[in-house]
Amino acid sequence: MNIVHADPRGVDSGAHFMDGDHAIAEGALAAGCRFFAGYPITPSTETAERFAERAPEVGAMFIQMEDEIASIAALIGAAWGGQKAMTVTSGPGFSLMMENIGLAAMTETPIVLANVQRGGPSTGLPTLTAQQDMFQARFGSHGDYNIIALCPDSPQECFDLTVEAFNLAEAYRTPVFIMTDETVGHMHEKVVIPPADQIKVVERNLFTGPKEDFRPYRFDCQGGHPMTRAGDGYRFHVTGLTHDERGYPLMTPAQNQVVVTHLIEKINGNAEHIIRLEEDQVEGAEVVVISYGITSRIAVRAVAEARKKEIKVGSLRLITVWPFCEQRIRELAGQVRAIVVAEINYGQMVREVERCAAGRCQVVSVNHCGGAVHDPEVITKAIEEACR
Amino acid sequence: MNAQSAEFSSEDRIGAMLRTERMPHIWCPGCGIGSVVTCFVDAVLRSGIDQDKLVVVSGIGCSGRVAGYVNFDSIHATHGRAIPVATGLKLANPELTVVVISGDGDLMSIGGNHFVHAARRNMDLVVICINNFTYGMTGGQVTPTTPGSATASTTPYGNYEYPLTLPFLADACGASYIARWTSLHARNITQSVEEALTRRGFSFIEVITPCTTLYLRRNRLGDGVDALQYYQSNSEILHGIDTRETAIELQGKIAVGKFVDRPKPTYLDAVTRCNAKLIGDDYQLYGKTEPEKKAEEAKKAEHPVTSGHP
Repeated sequence: MNIVHADPRGVDSGAHFMDGDHAIAEGALAAGCRFFAGYPITPSTETAERFAERAPEVGAMFIQMEDEIASIAALIGAAWGGQKAMTVTSGPGFSLMMENIGLAAMTETPIVLANVQRGGPSTGLPTLTAQQDMFQARFGSHGDYNIIALCPDSPQECFDLTVEAFNLAEAYRTPVFIMTDETVGHMHEKVVIPPADQIKVVERNLFTGPKEDFRPYRFDCQGGHPMTRAGDGYRFHVTGLTHDERGYPLMTPAQNQVVVTHLIEKINGNAEHIIRLEEDQVEGAEVVVISYGITSRIAVRAVAEARKKEIKVGSLRLITVWPFCEQRIRELAGQVRAIVVAEINYGQMVREVERCAAGRCQVVSVNHCGGAVHDPEVITKAIEEACR
Repeated sequence: MNAQSAEFSSEDRIGAMLRTERMPHIWCPGCGIGSVVTCFVDAVLRSGIDQDKLVVVSGIGCSGRVAGYVNFDSIHATHGRAIPVATGLKLANPELTVVVISGDGDLMSIGGNHFVHAARRNMDLVVICINNFTYGMTGGQVTPTTPGSATASTTPYGNYEYPLTLPFLADACGASYIARWTSLHARNITQSVEEALTRRGFSFIEVITPCTTLYLRRNRLGDGVDALQYYQSNSEILHGIDTRETAIELQGKIAVGKFVDRPKPTYLDAVTRCNAKLIGDDYQLYGKTEPEKKAEEAKKAEHPVTSGHP
């Protein structure tokens, strides 16, 4: 993996008062993203606007495409054209992008997509928060594949995790999602952008060997096989069909086994390197509260209230949502009485927790159908009941 | 690669531009797609463009398989999305020559929106639409170009929709170059593709081709030879004709020729002009990164350029 310092042209170093959406654009520019294609949709549009404003001075390309399908298709073209590329969207646009997310996964194309989640289904609550697309991010396109998804809980993390998203996309040649939400997207806070020489950036791993040795793929259940870019003379072929290591169609059940296993295992097999969690007072806890994104900011208050009542409660924040922290949940399930999962949806990530806990501890879902964050008292109450 | 195909590719400069190891191809006897591919690679050769900088993007369908058979950088995209993928490629690296080759169903039905907007932006692409009036890969369904009253598997009693006239559509959307030929007009296709490859802006070439297995057979129009005879006796070369006059009726006259050739600034020209006004004349899309600049400076220091003689 070729890790370099960020190109200072894209880094607006210093302390800013900035919302999460803008911080995503700054994170992308700092990570070396020079191509943005997008379509306006509330509550994500500010990211596109920021990128459009900054693009000329950085020498980046911004294009407002005709729709979300075109936007993500353009990202795939741009990535094979040699650029780091991103788009941003919300619920309905995310749905429209699904088919080409599958193409990006299948062709192992590094792209970054931020979903500033809003309430659904359908047009739902365009201006109000939600975390209802968590499973869509993982399973939304047809067929079996894998992706990485990160969940920032502040504008600062929107910046930091966008840089990380680009680095992961390059390292594993995969689509990476920043699954933020309307509240974090529109929340203004202090965002410190470090100097360029303090930002680590993973460069595209480009094949440089002789033409006859060039293979765009290697199905070894690892990420990071070198790719190429159009114009370098390797005459690559990229297809969404099941393909061999040259990229040529090879449509057999046996080859699909090889390709799909690789796509899934290159991420699952590296889960311990990818997954980032934030834990607080989990050791010796009777109850652990699991949350992510904006909900973890609410959970802090709920946990503090429960501790005042002398309940031994810990908290676990998912910074990486996909791949899911299966191993850690299995461990915790053997140690605690209950796991409380708070999320702004009808119960999505709680299914993963239940699967991994496998009945060894109680799993409580504190769900909310979107439009607002939880009342912290509801989470506190769930913690109390779980201890009874 | 078998001995025969190796011989084919070493002897023949056309063959060298094809992935002969992937032959035989999937197309039916009498199909016109192969003719278009031959004309296309011939035009590439004649144009003298750098083949390493050429990218072919296709969508889905019989024509969507073209990308897999040409020996250039190539992307076989999702159904209808060849044009936005091509847009991403071109904008990511403006040095590339990006060609979209796909079918009427792919480009004009599911991909219609992208066609409209790429033409509107005058995106620097060559788009070749192989129009056989049917969805071949899925078994002969009606497309937006199927002539009125022709039958298809989903219009078994005859097509009752109004078909699109592609040159008129491209014209209305702002394409800077528009031509149409049939697969009989091999030399003309080659010439038009060559022109399009060396022109800037959105170039659109429609090629009417026979689908022998589905469209011709279902409509009792004979085989491939019958189709070429129909093209021969019904095509009329009408360069510069008003594109509103280019509609095709079932087994009717086919206006062919170069209809539009109006150079104008491309999307990238417009971006550069706008940003140069803002940033100054040294504005450069993507420019050089700081490490690249440093490497250049280091190189200069290593080999200082001395002026004059001692």
